[in-house]
Amino acid sequence: MTAVPAVRQSWPLVLAEDVHKRYGTTVALDGAGISITAGRTHALVGRNGAGKSTLVAILTGLQAPDSGTVAFGGEPAPNLADRDGWRARVACVYQRSTIIPQLTVAENVYLNRHAARGGGIGRRLISWSELRRRARDLLQTWEVDVDVNTLAGALSVEQRQLVEIARALSFDARFIILDEPTAQLDAPAISRLFDRMRGLQERGVTFLYISHHLEEIYRICDDVTVFRDARRVATGLVAEMEPREVVAAMTGDAVALIERAPRPPVPSSAPVVLSVRDVRVTAAEGTFEDAQSISFEVRSGEVVGLAGGGGSGKREMAEAVVGLRPHPGGTVSVDGRVLPSGSVKAALGAGVGLVPQDRHQQGFVSGLSIAENITMTVPDRLGRYGVIRPAVRDGLARRLIGDLDVKTPGPELDVAALSGGNQQKVVMGRALANDPRLLVLIQPTAGVDVRSKETLLDVVDRVREAGSAVLVASDELDDLRTCDRVLVMFGGRVVAEFAAGWSDSELIAAMEGIEE
Amino acid sequence: MSGTRVESEVDVSAVAPRPGSRGVVLARLRDLALVPAIIAIAVVGYAVNPVFLSSDNLINILQTMSEIGLLVLAQTLVLVAGKMDLSLESTFGLAPGVAAWLIVPAGVTHGLGLLPGWTGVPITLAVGVVIGLVNGALIVRFGLNGFVVTLGMLIVLRGLLTGISGGQTFFGLPDSMLYIGTTLWLGVPVSIYLCLLLFVIGILVLGYTRLGRALYAIGGNVDAARAAGISTDRVLWGTLVVASVLASLGGLMLSGRLASVAAAQGNGAIFTVFAAAVIGGVSLNGGRGTVFGAFTGILLLYMIQNVLTLAGVPAQWIAALNGAIILIALIVSRITSGKAQE
Repeated sequence: MTAVPAVRQSWPLVLAEDVHKRYGTTVALDGAGISITAGRTHALVGRNGAGKSTLVAILTGLQAPDSGTVAFGGEPAPNLADRDGWRARVACVYQRSTIIPQLTVAENVYLNRHAARGGGIGRRLISWSELRRRARDLLQTWEVDVDVNTLAGALSVEQRQLVEIARALSFDARFIILDEPTAQLDAPAISRLFDRMRGLQERGVTFLYISHHLEEIYRICDDVTVFRDARRVATGLVAEMEPREVVAAMTGDAVALIERAPRPPVPSSAPVVLSVRDVRVTAAEGTFEDAQSISFEVRSGEVVGLAGGGGSGKREMAEAVVGLRPHPGGTVSVDGRVLPSGSVKAALGAGVGLVPQDRHQQGFVSGLSIAENITMTVPDRLGRYGVIRPAVRDGLARRLIGDLDVKTPGPELDVAALSGGNQQKVVMGRALANDPRLLVLIQPTAGVDVRSKETLLDVVDRVREAGSAVLVASDELDDLRTCDRVLVMFGGRVVAEFAAGWSDSELIAAMEGIEE
Repeated sequence: MSGTRVESEVDVSAVAPRPGSRGVVLARLRDLALVPAIIAIAVVGYAVNPVFLSSDNLINILQTMSEIGLLVLAQTLVLVAGKMDLSLESTFGLAPGVAAWLIVPAGVTHGLGLLPGWTGVPITLAVGVVIGLVNGALIVRFGLNGFVVTLGMLIVLRGLLTGISGGQTFFGLPDSMLYIGTTLWLGVPVSIYLCLLLFVIGILVLGYTRLGRALYAIGGNVDAARAAGISTDRVLWGTLVVASVLASLGGLMLSGRLASVAAAQGNGAIFTVFAAAVIGGVSLNGGRGTVFGAFTGILLLYMIQNVLTLAGVPAQWIAALNGAIILIALIVSRITSGKAQE
């Protein structure tokens, strides 16, 4: 392993200048650059396609720039083939896991550099006890509380990220890129991640933090660089930039984050669309010890929020409503009809549309076109006797693409080729294709850029105005702001209810389970 | 006592529940999952016919098993790396077949009689290397689908053996090719020693070397393996070659024992091979399973077959029962492992 070059004080830890990179005809970076000071946390923001991922690929040595320079602490970047050289300088925790689920945590950390036994022929054999001891020491050093014998596939997203960070540090890299680390984390886990980042920062670790969430950047970052259209358009101290300015730099024109006008409460004469009676949520793993049976109603034209962190039961409740999860004992009825427990088909038949938690797993089928994905819930409308007429399908798909402002050349494009925000719009479109009486959304804006978020939340408004009912399960305050009422869940119970106009602090306090 | 208290405090602050070392213990147990079943079959076998536990019968089981056992070992390596090699059963016949073809004198059988007898073993193994390289070229270099490539190779290689042998059996093999199939050391055939030795090496390599762990990494998540600096293509290529050579060696053992190479040698063996691997806990999706587990899988299958034969099941029914046994063994291992098979 190569020694870490000493950082010269006068040089930024990472300096990229005038970097150009094209892929075929697409210009991914057009004279972009970044300068990151040691010991600080630097935010990199920009809309999808602004060039962030390409910059990360170049800063981690996965790709060479067409032209331009990259330097670490004043030294030019190592040769692309010198993997150890790169690893000693920079590590990246990607959105997509680089962990092997079938192997233990210890082995994942020391993959392909396993500890060897003592002399002789044993030198060629792995010493598992030594490997485990080293991994345990490493995780202890960085205060990661994970058992090294666990299979990596059994880790939560949060634990997996911590293991990946520890692994990065074990290469002696003290510059770590976090690529949307919070996309799959709930609010308390995000807070814990930030605490950890601050702790590591005190121990001399520098972060480049990529996120769609401005609020997070204001919580954790010192500096911010904004990318737009393959260039750096702004850079500065977070403390000196207004959120409005950052958004303006990202989008190119000054759009304000739309303040939603308060609207009158839904009249009690409005018909009840969703009625939940005595449903007790069951967890995927383990159980909620304090779960209580929950009852609530959502009326026509009403948006109700289910707030809560991971493990609060909000997701489980939403999944019970749409039939993804059985709910023995209680009843769920839509428009007065009782739905059988655990039947998605019955829920769809009753006019329930769902935007599930994880769009990659449950939301769309990659490899199929946008048209096929967006009309997946309504095969009966695409032709008779089970035969699908492509023209009808594409027509319906075009209408939904237009309604939702999906950025695509046409309905035949593979959904995997879309950006995260546009994929989520397709998932939303799939839920809407059914003209739902009840729309259920779980974390609808996770990992989605600012503009797409606005579009998605506007759709919620339109659905509401059309007289449908909407249930939003989320821990994002922006999602919950569209709601007429918010029920806060914690540990499988409803612990509080707020009418529109709640303050952020009281809602968060309730979500965190802080008793007043 | 105070020490324990500190421990428990650490646990309370834990971020999330920790499955902990229980996971490892379970994984080890899964490795041994078939051992009780093997013991049970031995008891049943003894009850059915005391001959079962006689040394002659045990040697017979082990020897017939050792030939297919090498195919199971080969397939396990390939499966752990996330691929499949169906062509192994044809290599099993073709490799000794080519050697016999080149060596056996013309006349009685289809031999050419071109080469001296001592070349038998090197030729057999060389054929294995060549087949492995071809598989590697098609799968790794050109990125073709491994399942279909090796299915195609299975048919091509089988056809080649039929072609060179004229559909007949090669007799009169040179002594060098008979050695490992017939020689006894301390009353036990060499093929049993060789098979057990190779399994032990397999256990060590897959369990205790970087190369072996690289197979698991590749089978589990090839991108992550590459990111960890493993040259995935080279390892895969090497695995396919080693697997083909093991299959050739297995074929050589069978040819040596029977002193002949039939045109159909190895025909249909691949089903038993996959079944043994899956019963032994090897995942068809890659990244999971051990060589020891695969060994217990093939051992269990052969013991059950032997017990049935001793019980006097008519030969016409053995095939149907074999299929049924494999399905039952799958169910048993599903129950003992407690996990869905992949």
